Amino acid sequence: MITQIVTFLIFFAVIGCILYGRRLIKTEKVDAVFGNPERALGGTHWIIVGSSFLLLIWLYYSWDIAKGFYPKSANELCQVAKVNDSLLGLKYQFPIEEREFKSTSQIKKENKNLRIIQNEIQNSEKLNNQQKTILISFISKTNQLIPLLTNEDLIENVTKQKINDITGKINLLTENFQKPDYPFETEQELSQRLRAVDEEGGWGITKVDAGSGSIENTLEVPLVPATERGVKFHAAAKELNLISDEFFKLRNHNPQFKNRIKELKNEIKSYRKDLSDNEEIASTYAKNIVKIARRIEFASIYPPNALDNMQAAIIKFENAQKNAQGGLRFIDMFLFPAGTIVASGPSCSEQGSGRWLPKPSDTLNKFILMSKPSVGYKDIPLLWIQMVDVSKMIGFILPDWIADILPGEYPVHTKDGIVKQNFKGGVLKIVTGDFNLFKVPVPYGHIWDSFLRVFLGLIFGILIGVPLGLFMGLNRFAKGFFDPLIELYRPVPPLAWAPLIISVLGIDNTGKVFLLFMVSLSIMIISARAGASGTQLSKIHAAHSLGASKKQILRYVIFPNSLPEILTGIRVAVGMCWGTLVAAEFLAGTTGIGFVENVAKKYFQYEVIWITIFIMGLLGLLFDITLRKIINKTIPWRGKG
Amino acid sequence: MSDLISQNLNMIFKTPKGDTVHALKDLNFTLKKGELLTVLGPSGCGKTTLLNITAGFIRPTSGSITLNDKEIDGPGVERGMVFQQGALFEWLTVAENVNFGLRMKKEDPIETQKKVDEWLEIVGLKGFGNTPTYQLSGGMQQRVALARCLINDPDLILMDEPLGALDALTREKMQSLVLKIWKETGKTIILITHSVEEALLLGERLYVMAPRPGRIHKEYNLPFASMGLKEDLREIKKNKDFSQKREEILEMIWNMEEEIMGKEN
Repeated sequence: MITQIVTFLIFFAVIGCILYGRRLIKTEKVDAVFGNPERALGGTHWIIVGSSFLLLIWLYYSWDIAKGFYPKSANELCQVAKVNDSLLGLKYQFPIEEREFKSTSQIKKENKNLRIIQNEIQNSEKLNNQQKTILISFISKTNQLIPLLTNEDLIENVTKQKINDITGKINLLTENFQKPDYPFETEQELSQRLRAVDEEGGWGITKVDAGSGSIENTLEVPLVPATERGVKFHAAAKELNLISDEFFKLRNHNPQFKNRIKELKNEIKSYRKDLSDNEEIASTYAKNIVKIARRIEFASIYPPNALDNMQAAIIKFENAQKNAQGGLRFIDMFLFPAGTIVASGPSCSEQGSGRWLPKPSDTLNKFILMSKPSVGYKDIPLLWIQMVDVSKMIGFILPDWIADILPGEYPVHTKDGIVKQNFKGGVLKIVTGDFNLFKVPVPYGHIWDSFLRVFLGLIFGILIGVPLGLFMGLNRFAKGFFDPLIELYRPVPPLAWAPLIISVLGIDNTGKVFLLFMVSLSIMIISARAGASGTQLSKIHAAHSLGASKKQILRYVIFPNSLPEILTGIRVAVGMCWGTLVAAEFLAGTTGIGFVENVAKKYFQYEVIWITIFIMGLLGLLFDITLRKIINKTIPWRGKG
Repeated sequence: MSDLISQNLNMIFKTPKGDTVHALKDLNFTLKKGELLTVLGPSGCGKTTLLNITAGFIRPTSGSITLNDKEIDGPGVERGMVFQQGALFEWLTVAENVNFGLRMKKEDPIETQKKVDEWLEIVGLKGFGNTPTYQLSGGMQQRVALARCLINDPDLILMDEPLGALDALTREKMQSLVLKIWKETGKTIILITHSVEEALLLGERLYVMAPRPGRIHKEYNLPFASMGLKEDLREIKKNKDFSQKREEILEMIWNMEEEIMGKEN
C-alpha cells in the first residue's frame, strides 16, 4: 500500500519538478551564460528529482513495486518456477534450450575422453608395448559400445513402449493443463490449501519468534499456491516430476550391449588382477577406461530419432504453460528486473537484485519492529532507556581502595553469627555502590553503545592529545621526545592494531575505546601542534608586552588561536573513529551497530544489513552536522580577519 | 630619570649557514621622557631589531639598554607595543582586546570597564566594544591596538610600522590620532616607519639608520610634530623646509640602497 502511494508520489514529484525547472530557466534573470557558477545555485526541485530517482531505482530493483502492485506475483512465479525446475531434466535431453541432443553431446564428450587416454597411453614411457596394446584394445572396445546404443534397429520394443508411454503422459498432462478446472481440486483440498496459505503468510513477511522475542528471517517467497493459476502450475510440476523420474529410470540397454559391456568389464577386471604391484600405471589407465564405459552405460543415449515424439510433446507442453502464464510473463519481465524467482526442489527463492537489495517496505517494517525495545536485536534494543540507581554510578566512579586505606579493620562476624557494621565497612558499601539512592534513566542499546565508544575514545583523545600537541608545538624537547612514538603508530591503519588491542584488552568496551583513543590521539596531537606552531609571533609578543604570564599566554592566546585546527582535528577524528569502530565491532563484541551488521550477515538478513548501514550513515551525518554547528559557533573568525 | 638610554648596543645574528650579520653596531642614544622618536632606514638596517630589543623580546649581544635606570631584560608592561598588522586577538571582541592587559593583571572588572570606555572614546571607537575584531577595518583594528597598548599606561610606546598597511586617507587620520595621543598622554614614543613623510611629520626627533652594520646614520631634531598638533597635516607637507628635508633624506636612503645593491653585484 505504502509502496503504491510512494511510487505515484514519485512520478508526480518528478514530473512537477521538471516542469518547474523548465519554467524557472525561462524566467531566470541571471546572466545565462555557460560557465557562470551562479547557475549551479539553488535547485531544490532537482534535489527532489534526484532523490526520487534514487528511491525509484531502489523500489524497482528490490522488486518492491512488483510486491506493492502484484503481491501474489511472487507466489505464482514460484509455481511457474517449480514447473520449470521439474521440466529441466527432460528439456535438457533435446535441443530446445541447448544446442544439441544430450545423447550427441555425451557421445562427443566420451569420445574425446577416450582419445585423450589413448594419446597418453601411446606416448607414455612408463608402459611397455605389451601393456599399450592391451590398453588400446580396451579403448577400441569401449568405443564400439556406442553404436550399440545409437542403432535404431537394435532398440528393444519394451523400451520403445516405455518411451511412448511417457510421451502419452506428457500429452495427457498438456491436455488437462489447458482445461479451466485443472487440477480438479475438491472442496476439501481447496479449503485445506487456503488454510495453509493463511498460515504461511505473504511475500516478505517478518515474524517475531514468540519464545525468544527475536526477529526471524523474512519469508522470502510463499510456497503454497495461493491462486488458481498457481495451483495449476503446482499440480503440473508434481506430475512432471513423476514423469521425469520415470524417464530417467529408463535405460536403452539391448541384450547385445549388455553382453558386450559385461565382457569388457570382466576382461579389464581380470587384467588388473593379474598386474603386479609395480605396474600400477597400467592398472590406473585400465580403471579410467572402465569409468568411461560405465558413464556410457548410465548416460541416456538413444538413437537419433527415437525421442522425436517426446520432444514434440514437451514443446507442446512448454507452449501450453507459457500461454497459461498470461500476464504473469510480463510482470516477470518488467517488474522483476535483474533476476527472478527460482525454484530448486521444493523451495523457492528470490535470485538477483531482489535478494540482496531489500524492499523499502520490508526494511521499514523490520526497522519499526527492531526499534521496539522488546524485540531489538539479539535481546538488546537498538536504543532505549533503563532505570539505573545512582549508587551504581557512584560505585563505578569511586575506586574501591578508598575503603582499604582507611584505618581500622573490616567488621568480623561475632560468635552469635551477627555482623556488626562499622565505619570502614560502611565506606566499602559506598565505594562499591552497595546501597540505594534514587533511579535515573540511562540510555542503552546497540546504537548507544557504539555512540558511547566513539564519544569516550574521542574525549580521552582530546583530553590527552590537545595539551600534548600544544606542548609539542611550543617545546623542542616535547616535540622531539614524543614525535617518534606518534610517528611510529600513526601511519599504521587503526584496524591493524585492532586484533592486538582486542586480544589484550578484551572484546568489551575497554579494547574498543582504547583503539579509538589511539585513533583520535594522533589526530588531536597533530592538529593541536599545528595550531600551536601556527600562532603568529606578533600575537605572542603583544601578549607579552601586555603583561601576560606564560600560563596566561598559553590559556588566552595560543589555545584560542589553535582552536580552528583543533576543532577541524576533532571533525576528522570523529570520522576516523566512527569508521574504525564499526570495523572493530565486526571483529569482536557483543553489542553495537557493527556487531548487529556482522550477525545479520551470518544469517543473510539483508534488511538488517541495510538498516545498520542507514543507521551508521545517519549517525555519521549527525556527528558531522553537530560538529559543523559547534565550529561555526565557536570560531566565527576562522577564514576572516 | 625616566629616560631610555642605550649604551654600546650590539646585536650579532648567526645565520644557519654560519655567516654573521651585524644587525646593530655600537648604538648609543638617549631618549628623554615625552619625546617622540621616529626611526627610518632601508630594509635590513636593524630598525625592527632595535625595537625588539627595546621591547625585551630579544637580548642584545653586548651593551645595555635601560629604561628608568632599569636594565631591560624581558618584555614588560611599562613598554607597550603596537604592531604593523595590529596583532589583535581575533577570538575576542574589541573591548576584550582592549582590556586584555588589565584582565591578565586581574584588576577590578568595573574599573576596567570604565577605562575601556574611556580609551575607546579617545581612539574614536565608542560603541564598538562588543564588535568582534575580525569585522573591523584595518584602520579600526589599529585603533584597537593603540587603545589596548595605552590602557596599560606604559612609560614607553613602541610602534613597528603601525600605519604601514593602511590606505592613504586612513593613514592621515591615524597620524593625527598618534599626535593627539602623544600630546594628551605625554608618553615617550618610538615609531618605526618606511615612509619618509610620516617620519618627518610625526617625529620630534628622527634617526636615519644605515645597514651593514646597523647604525644611526644621521639624527634630526624636527619642529613638524609640534606644528602638527595645531595645524592641518596637509598644510605642513606643503612647507618648504619639510619638502627640502624630505628630498635630503630620500637621497640619503637611495644612496644606501644603491651601495647595498652594488655590494651584492
